[in-house]
Amino acid sequence: MTHPYIPNAEPGVRAEMLAAIGARDVEEFYADIPAGLRLDRPLDLPPALTAEHDLARHMKGLLDRVTDTEQALSFLGHGCYPHHVPAVCDEVNSRSEFLTAYAGEPYEDHGRFQALFEYVSMMGELLEMDVVNVPTYDGFQAAGTALRMACRHTGRSKVLVSAAVSADKLSKLRDFLAPDIEIVLAPVGDGGEITVPAFDAAFAAIYLETPNVYGVVETRGRELADLAHAHGALLVVGADPISLGVLAPPAAYGADIACGDIQSLGMHQSHGGGHAGYIATHDHEPLVAEFPSRLFGIAPTKVPGEYGFGDVFYDRTSFAHREEGKEWVGTAAALWGITAGVYLALLGPHGLRELGETILARTRYAMDALARSVTVLHPDAIHFREFAIEVPSSSALLDALRERGIYGGVPLDARTVLVCVTERHSIADIDRLAAAVQEVL
Amino acid sequence: MNTAESFAELPVTPKPPLRRFHQARWDEPIIFELSRPGRRGLAVPEPGAARVELPESVRRAEPPRLPELSQQLVLRHYLRLSQENLGADLNVDVGQGTCTMKYSPKVNDRFAAAVAEVHPLQHEDTVQGVLEIYWRLERMLAEISGLSRVSLQPGSGSAAIYANIAMIRAYHAATGGGARDQVITTMFSHPSNAACAKTAGYEVITLMPDADGLPDIEALRAAVGPRTAALMITNPEDTGIFNPRIQEFVDLVHEAGGLACYDQANANGILGITRARDAGFDLCHFNLHKTFSTPHACGGPAAGACGVSAELAPFLPGPVVTRDGDAYRLETPPRSIGKIRPFLGVTPNIVRAYAWIMALGGDGLRQVAETAALNNNYLMHKVLQIRGASAPWGRRRIEQVRYSWQELSEETGVHSEEIGVRAADFGVHYWTSHHPYVVPEPFTLEPTESYTKEDLDEYAAILAHVAEEARRDPELVKGAPYNQTIHKIDPTPLDDPKAWAPTWRAYVRKHRP
Repeated sequence: MTHPYIPNAEPGVRAEMLAAIGARDVEEFYADIPAGLRLDRPLDLPPALTAEHDLARHMKGLLDRVTDTEQALSFLGHGCYPHHVPAVCDEVNSRSEFLTAYAGEPYEDHGRFQALFEYVSMMGELLEMDVVNVPTYDGFQAAGTALRMACRHTGRSKVLVSAAVSADKLSKLRDFLAPDIEIVLAPVGDGGEITVPAFDAAFAAIYLETPNVYGVVETRGRELADLAHAHGALLVVGADPISLGVLAPPAAYGADIACGDIQSLGMHQSHGGGHAGYIATHDHEPLVAEFPSRLFGIAPTKVPGEYGFGDVFYDRTSFAHREEGKEWVGTAAALWGITAGVYLALLGPHGLRELGETILARTRYAMDALARSVTVLHPDAIHFREFAIEVPSSSALLDALRERGIYGGVPLDARTVLVCVTERHSIADIDRLAAAVQEVL
Repeated sequence: MNTAESFAELPVTPKPPLRRFHQARWDEPIIFELSRPGRRGLAVPEPGAARVELPESVRRAEPPRLPELSQQLVLRHYLRLSQENLGADLNVDVGQGTCTMKYSPKVNDRFAAAVAEVHPLQHEDTVQGVLEIYWRLERMLAEISGLSRVSLQPGSGSAAIYANIAMIRAYHAATGGGARDQVITTMFSHPSNAACAKTAGYEVITLMPDADGLPDIEALRAAVGPRTAALMITNPEDTGIFNPRIQEFVDLVHEAGGLACYDQANANGILGITRARDAGFDLCHFNLHKTFSTPHACGGPAAGACGVSAELAPFLPGPVVTRDGDAYRLETPPRSIGKIRPFLGVTPNIVRAYAWIMALGGDGLRQVAETAALNNNYLMHKVLQIRGASAPWGRRRIEQVRYSWQELSEETGVHSEEIGVRAADFGVHYWTSHHPYVVPEPFTLEPTESYTKEDLDEYAAILAHVAEEARRDPELVKGAPYNQTIHKIDPTPLDDPKAWAPTWRAYVRKHRP
């Protein structure tokens, strides 16, 4: 049988094509590969499941051995968040035209260019910044690139980074900023916000994250912006855009670069597959010149009333100049940008504010509920979506909760657990967690 | 009884040789122009608990100026935009050479959707099925590459190239080779090899092609030495030519104490034919969205895989999945470079790639490769019959060809980009090449295994027709497109800081004050 994915494997057509080419055998096409490099045996792989039904059954067998966050009550966050995904987001990003397109020109792929231009434009409104990139891989990469941009812009090679970021993000930054950029950590104070050690004109930037890894909303953004600017450095702020319906955008308190992950804006958790990163600046040419990513902008066409699109300042990129471009650009996470645009258009200014208010209220409710049986860290700080609790044993608590059908949180260390609450958690869900925690302790 | 006067006859005449294509043209405004205050696309849950008052220092002062639309209006707008986009599911997408635009089986999207509500930090015991898929896919890619271990963490091909460089850097630092500060690549290797190496702190040396279209081995001899950290090379290169002396390249670098890293983004023509390890490579990477069929998604989410030898395995990004009897566990390698991206990887695409390999098996993969090579050589045979088209160096090709319209361009003044745009008027598209254009007036076709002979005939017929148009009426081709959503773009504002408009707010500020 001819494999359904390989039409020209059918012997008749194969012979016809070989005859047209004037080749006896497909082996002729491989004549440049030396005999010593040829694999002289079939690949040792499991037998093919060519029938779609057989494949589906096999996959079901594997995927049934998963208990997901709809089968348990999950309070897991820490960089991947369980927000409601509107049906329209899934509808748009599963369209063949978007799902299977790649790198067409701004003509045959006009829709991709417009949808991504609209995404960056809505992000621009949310961030109050004029320049936003076509998404990079994720928030980790966005933070790494934002800091490299700050270093290139200032000509300096030292950055002050909030210690209130996830260990994994810090790991990424350490690798990505090596070998030429030194990272100094700004320690976390008792209240859950960062404190700033000695700062001078050797620094290129301060990296502040808000809400930070403990869910704490940093309140001293303006002060940090002033400090950075007084020394000719930049303030780079990592912010989850879903918080910006209620929280001030970084630009409002003086940030020069904003960055973060957009998974919250309409992407499923997907075991970590829903991430994409944004980077934003004001329309300041020297800083725009430091973006490695693609930037899409409006261009006129021959016909009045038509919007065309294209790459803004393409000469920055590695596509244009290989190693002389800024870092590199390539396939990253464009479909999630389109999806985030759909999400922002659905919620609009007021939906995003209401969503933020609900998350703030439920986070506080959950903190109060858990405070009856455990120590809630940083109780006086403003929290958005996450907070940490201190317990006798993280693993003992989480194991016991899991037996009760609850994924209680992410262990930050042996005694600290991070709890995440979104608009998907009803008051009853939170009460159930609090009761279970009380019971197992 | 139909009383209308007849104006056409049966039978319907046969279709014309070329499709009378026209892309959707909805003349859709920018989404901000559809906004009307008070409309809403989605309601959100009420707090159900006491509201939190924010201090002024952190409270948003003004609502964001997002558009306000009803739900149906949002849907309709985006569906119209989707129709104005030409996905691989809708066209003979053989023109995006180096990108392997093969069929992405629909059933695999269902499997990917099954992990939608899985959180990446769930306890291992609750995600055994996902971990097993990671483990099984890793073993398959280890077999396909001949290498020992594989990381599935990187989010794309370029991210995998970067991860490989980071491992090379860590390996040298750990084994006394920290002074090695140069990476050698070739002009027909993907530009990300050069760009990622530079980002990671290396000086980049680029080998140019020799008179045969192969990277110049004499230039390599001159370049290697105690400063060489690694060779980063694609093979077959973007030309589609397999470098028969690849093992000599690897040996030269090894003799100088460097590592050899194989960019296998273009692996589709050699699956089961030849393997990275067999030529002595220490590292390689695959793009799961190319060779292994996950959909390209307008440019991601994608997924990359890094294969490494046993010597490099301790440096892999963490965590990796290990098997312990019937259980699967996460483990961070002892000298791991750390994280390349959040969590374990782009799991929906790991699931899709695994399912794709399972649908084919070892023999199927070999059939994929052979058919990709057959299709490419057949399409080359058709394209080279078009007057004005050529394949420089005239060598054998594996899975793709970088062609040239130099002769046609010299004759007509029409450039390759313009021919590509005109071809889009017939419902297909092509890409020229990476910069710089070493092959003049380039275009790069990669037909993969997915397309039928008739598809390839149609594609070649479109190119032949446009080439003929270029001779007959060059201004017609230069004025294209005509059958697209929009007409010819004037790109000049895109490079002018005073005029460029990378967001709607920048556009309004500069052009509609």
